[in-house]
Amino acid sequence: MKAFVRQKGLVAPLDRANVDTDLIIPKQFLKSIKRSGFGPNLFDELRYLDEGYPGQDCSKRPINPEFVLNQPRYENASVLLARKNFGCGSSREHAPWALEDFGFRVIIAPSFADIFFNNAFKNGLLLIQLDEATVDRLFDAVEQTAWYRLDVDLVGQTITTPDGETIDFEVDPFRKYCLENGLDDIGLTLTDNSEAIREFEARHRATQPWLFRGEAANQA
Amino acid sequence: MAAQTLYDKLWASHLVSSRDDGTSLIYIDRHLLHEVTSPQAFEGLRLANRRPWRIDANIATADHNVPTSLKERSAGIEGIEDNVSRIQVQTLDDNTTSFGIETFGINDVRQGIVHIIGPEQGATLPGMTVVCGDSHTATHGAFGALAHGIGTSEVEHVLATQCLIQRKMKNMQVRVEGQLGPHVTAKDIVLAIIGEIGTAGGTGYAIEFAGSAIRDLSMEGRMTICNMAIEAGARVGLVAVDDTTIDYVKGRPFAPTPEQWDAAVDNWRSLVSDDDAAFDKVVTLDAASIEPQVSWGTSPEMVVGVHDSVPDPAQAADDTTRRGITRALEYMGLHAGQKITDIKLDRVFIGSCTNARIEDLRAAAAVVKGRQVAGTIKQAMVVPGSGLVKRQAEQEGLDQVFREAGFEWREAGCSMCLAMNADKLGAGEHCASTSNRNFEGRQGYGGRTHLVSPAMAAAAAVAGHFVDVREFVDTPVPTRRAAGL
Ligand code: SF4
Repeated sequence: MKAFVRQKGLVAPLDRANVDTDLIIPKQFLKSIKRSGFGPNLFDELRYLDEGYPGQDCSKRPINPEFVLNQPRYENASVLLARKNFGCGSSREHAPWALEDFGFRVIIAPSFADIFFNNAFKNGLLLIQLDEATVDRLFDAVEQTAWYRLDVDLVGQTITTPDGETIDFEVDPFRKYCLENGLDDIGLTLTDNSEAIREFEARHRATQPWLFRGEAANQA
Repeated sequence: MAAQTLYDKLWASHLVSSRDDGTSLIYIDRHLLHEVTSPQAFEGLRLANRRPWRIDANIATADHNVPTSLKERSAGIEGIEDNVSRIQVQTLDDNTTSFGIETFGINDVRQGIVHIIGPEQGATLPGMTVVCGDSHTATHGAFGALAHGIGTSEVEHVLATQCLIQRKMKNMQVRVEGQLGPHVTAKDIVLAIIGEIGTAGGTGYAIEFAGSAIRDLSMEGRMTICNMAIEAGARVGLVAVDDTTIDYVKGRPFAPTPEQWDAAVDNWRSLVSDDDAAFDKVVTLDAASIEPQVSWGTSPEMVVGVHDSVPDPAQAADDTTRRGITRALEYMGLHAGQKITDIKLDRVFIGSCTNARIEDLRAAAAVVKGRQVAGTIKQAMVVPGSGLVKRQAEQEGLDQVFREAGFEWREAGCSMCLAMNADKLGAGEHCASTSNRNFEGRQGYGGRTHLVSPAMAAAAAVAGHFVDVREFVDTPVPTRRAAGL
């Protein structure tokens, strides 16, 4: 996973509530057995005027000029400003893979769906939850100011606007630690907890043997 | 000890370790795998040179993009015509074979939608933690199991460590009290709940469904309700264990052995919220006032009773909602004030992990028996949730009822619920669907989904538009002569 420390990035506003993961990356692209290459199909149904299919050359497709990410002023945006309940619906991790592959590193919204929230942090994305009024204010500012950039500092947990205003944000300490260091949490779990897992498992097996079918655990 | 909710108990009994900041390691008893969200996890394991921690905790099946036509299916994986789908299904098979994970292959009668086959096999048991790389894993909570969907990184984490890094959720109780009206089903209850609390209403919570109307439901109905907890924003839905739960589990292939049975039942009896347990939020609904529900928009919360009309954006509480309604009406090709019963349909889909169990098929068959799918409907299909559901339905003659009425009778899989295979809507087509998501493009590019119960879908198939199934079933079944046959 890519580490995230600080990012000064152009902001793209996506002004709709309840953006679901089907919209972020439609199902036909979920047939891939890879983790990368989803960026060109991010928001496929909004971005293009035709129906997309896997393996297509997206540079030849008719684009929807109305869609925010197709507007030149938001080209190379790395901060996505969104509305409430962003990432709801399907648990597909292809959604954060597509956002990351497209170039986003930060998403700001009043609220996120739980599974998406988990998935995003595991892929080097920083999700920032701000109150609705602040998000409204940022939407106004982005609309009024071309090339609006935010300076997002994970270490200090602050966002600095072009006017020099700073907005504090909360982040779960464990997620912050993993993100700052680009840590794979499987490695962490195995190093710190293998013994505890084995002990738990032995007790669990003794008290509820019906939960186990094999004779002995096939432990790593 | 302080009074605990069912969720508190399940959490405590699976807690391996926990950090000061609340980040905890939870032990996972059952891991279900399917072809779409697992390939990258297996690849990750291999790259890091890791092995699965406990093979026997895992069960796999292909469901999301398997074809449902007998022609393609009878030839096994080789017969899948879509190249990309075939590679994905083959990859699952290769991965589970190489790691020795039990798999129900696409021609195994036990194959089906993961959330249907887990309970059917007794692989989902009360008191378990159950995860799967699929958000509708909430379904398994109907057994008093702590079950939720995870992403692919977490699939890999569970494979490698048998644990998941979690933070404890808050407790919500949704009480549904009283008696449901005739032909009003679990699906209508859960749609009404989502209509009430919204698609983000349950975010951050584990929802326990309680109250007399929930107690009165069969396990199948309880699964339908827990299945859609995620559409209310909650990763976890739960129903406390009672005799209904225990009777359902008994004798299933993965259930406790006869020697273990009594101890297991003793343990399961404690899987209820204590009387004085505190919930962070409580919502109450009156079962008797729930009407058959129909979704009109592009989010499951955009739902009303069958006698209602499509809402007017002008009446919305705030700007974001107003824009949401306007956009949904445009996408759905509906106008404010339009009566739900005036919505004409092009296709009907009876299936999905929400409503493709035997009871669902019985309910739909009872409505269509002796009737005909309307001539204006391009396609009406029934896709059983598993090979075993299909077999059972055929033994009961339900396939004949559907076929005679003009429905297609398919092989098990997710099918048009998410249209990853060939079963999909055309642009602009309206579909009465027993699935769980009416998102834009979910059932096909430009397709328009209306979520309903199996009985409502069946009645709509015959009428060609939405009708109140309660009134519909009282209309006489046409004689063969009157039907022009
Ligand atoms: S039936 Fe639909 S919702 Fe259920 S697992 Fe399959 S695709 Fe997901």
